[in-house]
Amino acid sequence: MNARIVHIASNTFREAVRDRVLYNLIAFALLLSGAAILVGQISIDIERLVVINLGLTAVSLFGVVIAIFIGIGLVSKEIEKRTLYTVLSRPVRRWEFIVGKFFGLAGTLAVNTFFMAIGVFGALLYVAHKFSAADATILVALYFIILEFLIICSLALLFSSFSTPLLSAVFAFALFVIGSFADDLRGFAALTHGVTRLLTMAAAYLVPNFSTLNVISAVAHQQPLGSQLVLHNTLYALFYSAMALSGAVLIFERRNLK
Amino acid sequence: MAAIEILGLEKTYKVGFWRKRPKRALLPLHLTVEEGEIFGFLGPNGAGKTTTLKMLMGLVFPTAGTARILGREWTDPEVKAQIGFLPEQPYFYDYLTAHELLDYYGQLSGVPARDRKHRINEVLARVGLTDIKGLQLRKFSKGMLQRVGIAQAILHDPKLVFFDEPMSGLDPLGRREVRDLMEQLKHEGKTVFFSTHILFDAEALCDRVAIIHQGELRGVGAVEELTASVQGKVEVVWQGTQVPSSIKALGAECHVTGDTVRAVLDEKQQDAAIDALRRERIRLIAITPLRTSLEAYFVEKLQRSETTASTVGTAVGTKA
Repeated sequence: MNARIVHIASNTFREAVRDRVLYNLIAFALLLSGAAILVGQISIDIERLVVINLGLTAVSLFGVVIAIFIGIGLVSKEIEKRTLYTVLSRPVRRWEFIVGKFFGLAGTLAVNTFFMAIGVFGALLYVAHKFSAADATILVALYFIILEFLIICSLALLFSSFSTPLLSAVFAFALFVIGSFADDLRGFAALTHGVTRLLTMAAAYLVPNFSTLNVISAVAHQQPLGSQLVLHNTLYALFYSAMALSGAVLIFERRNLK
Repeated sequence: MAAIEILGLEKTYKVGFWRKRPKRALLPLHLTVEEGEIFGFLGPNGAGKTTTLKMLMGLVFPTAGTARILGREWTDPEVKAQIGFLPEQPYFYDYLTAHELLDYYGQLSGVPARDRKHRINEVLARVGLTDIKGLQLRKFSKGMLQRVGIAQAILHDPKLVFFDEPMSGLDPLGRREVRDLMEQLKHEGKTVFFSTHILFDAEALCDRVAIIHQGELRGVGAVEELTASVQGKVEVVWQGTQVPSSIKALGAECHVTGDTVRAVLDEKQQDAAIDALRRERIRLIAITPLRTSLEAYFVEKLQRSETTASTVGTAVGTKA
């Protein structure tokens, strides 16, 4: 990878660490330990299901909140504070800045997810006393959650490249909610006819399909996940992120920094 | 080779709710800065100095025109490895220490890892920042941040340095140090292009200056050349709104402000002007010799433009 992108990404990661973003792990650890102790006392035979459901959902939500709230400020904050001036007056291309920021945030989320995953497995071990072979699918669910973060990071960056942080947060969060029901939206679009069908189909396929990336329930119920799904989701998330990131670059390349 | 060639750069912003009203921030600017000179870009606040610098740095896109820096297209990112830039009132990543910030900027500018530590210590010492290891930038004073800004601009040993209001936020001693630093850079063969509205700094430092006002270049040249044009002049002020034809005949430049008239004319015409005023029974208010300085030239350029603007305004008003 281009060295300048790596430097921008590492600085973005360092900023997140210094801004105490990883402190969310403490809240996560408290939530999960509390839940594990509680579930261990009140659930009979479904401890594993509850801990996986709760743990993975918390991993996803904590990450989404971080991705949105850091992502929306990645570009706009740099413009507002004028820290960008001394970066772009160096041999740094604007696209390198956007891509570097993206990887920096994605890296922060990956590290955050890694520590939260340790927490999930720890809680699982606490309630189930041992791991089973089926628990390996938790790793697939975590991988899909990271793919979900990649899409959200790229969308937050896209909005941040032309809008205010507040509006960017609203747009990104709205897309996250709509995207979580993308399958329903596609089903609804299939019921319509004519131009309406065309428009609703376009809208349904334009929003990110987060429902396909959500396999938490299947994993909790020990259902198998096909390799086809892994490949499909990987390609989908990479393509969608690349498109959103390209949009962010296209906008940012033309933007006057006042 | 010219260090900077600005070939008709201009900038018009669209303002208003529908962004339909054009606002010209910079009229087509043509300017050449030679290698190895200290060039002052002067003008009052809002004159278009920062807009010009931002365009040269690729932060703002021009409406028209082009520029060449160190013989290459100014949009070529590789040119930026050879230039340094200090923005006006710089702000940096405040969670970093000065050493970390400079290390980051060194990485982005392509300074080899083996040289970075040495270069960082050297430039920090050069701007008078020592004993700051481990101190985050959020704890720095405005003057210290300005020094960090200067350090980052010269960190990668650029051939050409752009400073936007470099003395801003500095105490008198700091200003003196920055002036010395700019002279050192010149002696090292570097070109320094700096914007300021503090004329004393420009007069003390610059080989050449350009004066910009309301987005328009009003004058460019060596300080001595420019000030020579106002040497040996006096300003005669009298009460009234009329300029006697005998004073006009002396070649005076007259500006009517309220109920006073100010005329700038050659010193040798002073007696003739006083005689003319006596003949017309006009009340003389003051006669002031114009100071031979860049300030006099600067004020004259600005006053002239304001008079022109008010004349045009009056003419338009009359026509309407």
